[in-house]
Amino acid sequence: MVEQIVFFIFTILVLGGGIGVITTKNIYYAALFFSASLSGMAGYFVLLNAGFLAAVQIVVYIGAIAILILFAIMLSRRMMTTKEQQTNRQTWLAAIASFLLFVALLGVVMQVTWPLSAEKHADNVLVLLGMSFLGSYVIPFEVVSVLLLVSLIGAIILARDIQTEEGRE
Amino acid sequence: MVPTPYYLLLAAVLFAIGAGGVMLRRNTLVILMCVELMMNAVNLTFVAFSHELNDMTGQVFVFMIMTVAAVEAAIGLAILVELYRLTRSVNIDEFNSLKG
Amino acid sequence: MQNPYNFVGVLILAAILLPVVGLGVAWLVRPHKPNPIKKSTYECGIEPIGETWVQFKVSYYIYALIFVVFDVESVFLFPWAVAYNRLPLYAFLEVVIFIAILFFALIYAWRKGALKWL
Repeated sequence: MVEQIVFFIFTILVLGGGIGVITTKNIYYAALFFSASLSGMAGYFVLLNAGFLAAVQIVVYIGAIAILILFAIMLSRRMMTTKEQQTNRQTWLAAIASFLLFVALLGVVMQVTWPLSAEKHADNVLVLLGMSFLGSYVIPFEVVSVLLLVSLIGAIILARDIQTEEGRE
Repeated sequence: MVPTPYYLLLAAVLFAIGAGGVMLRRNTLVILMCVELMMNAVNLTFVAFSHELNDMTGQVFVFMIMTVAAVEAAIGLAILVELYRLTRSVNIDEFNSLKG
Repeated sequence: MQNPYNFVGVLILAAILLPVVGLGVAWLVRPHKPNPIKKSTYECGIEPIGETWVQFKVSYYIYALIFVVFDVESVFLFPWAVAYNRLPLYAFLEVVIFIAILFFALIYAWRKGALKWL
């Protein structure tokens, strides 16, 4: 019963945030709606017995990615007025296409008869995650470190280009 | 206990909202936010299945997706800021120099 | 009660209530009588000089970017830290390789001057 209420609250957060991102004209509000949607997702992870993933979602997505997006908004602020000039020509087509996408996914989900999963779930999720990361999934673990190295190098090169241009202005 | 199809349908709705946002909006930053929303919908699907099948693989993969999303946001935003410096606009209709 | 998330729920409720109650009561109690002098910009008591708009530097973005990369790294180290006692020896070597690769990332950022706070 409590779970249903909590699920409903998180649903409002996630879907309200999503609709807010695509309809608001002010870009700062879009970033804030985005953060609200992400915190709703973190709540879902808690309900699905993935508490550590909820914490990672808040720390990485809201604490790092949403902040980066806000910084990029600040950096490109000079010419941006807070309203969009005119509506996109493809508004109705986009709405119909995304609705059809949802109908297709709905059709796929409804084809399957879902069993009621009443089995007991693990209560030491973090230990199991640690053992799978350094056991069966150790190669993705190492590849992630290379990925992070490469992305840091790439982004610093790009940003230093902007910095020298900024210094010349 | 909320059954699994509800989570999957919710992820489908969020994915459709994100896809509609990518097609609808013309500010590049908002498009990037909608792409992140779609990735979040996929994350929810993975974790719902991991909960249903009692397997840790779903959660490991969600970790990887979050890492890739962080990295992609960092580099995508650096490219976007560079584009803004060059063209003074973040309107995606004006980035059409590759158009035939 | 045995669910550990009850504490989190109470904390979230307090985090929402505290600013809402504080700002809400202040809004109810304070007077609302604006006049043009009160609404003009405040700059230490003198007339404002120059533009209010300050250029946002790219070095702030680089700082947030380095934070993102090392945040993701530290999040990966949490499961290893919790499962440390049950893991065999080679798990330690794997994590040393992980940290070593990201140590080179830190050295790169340092040498390129990205850590300098201008």
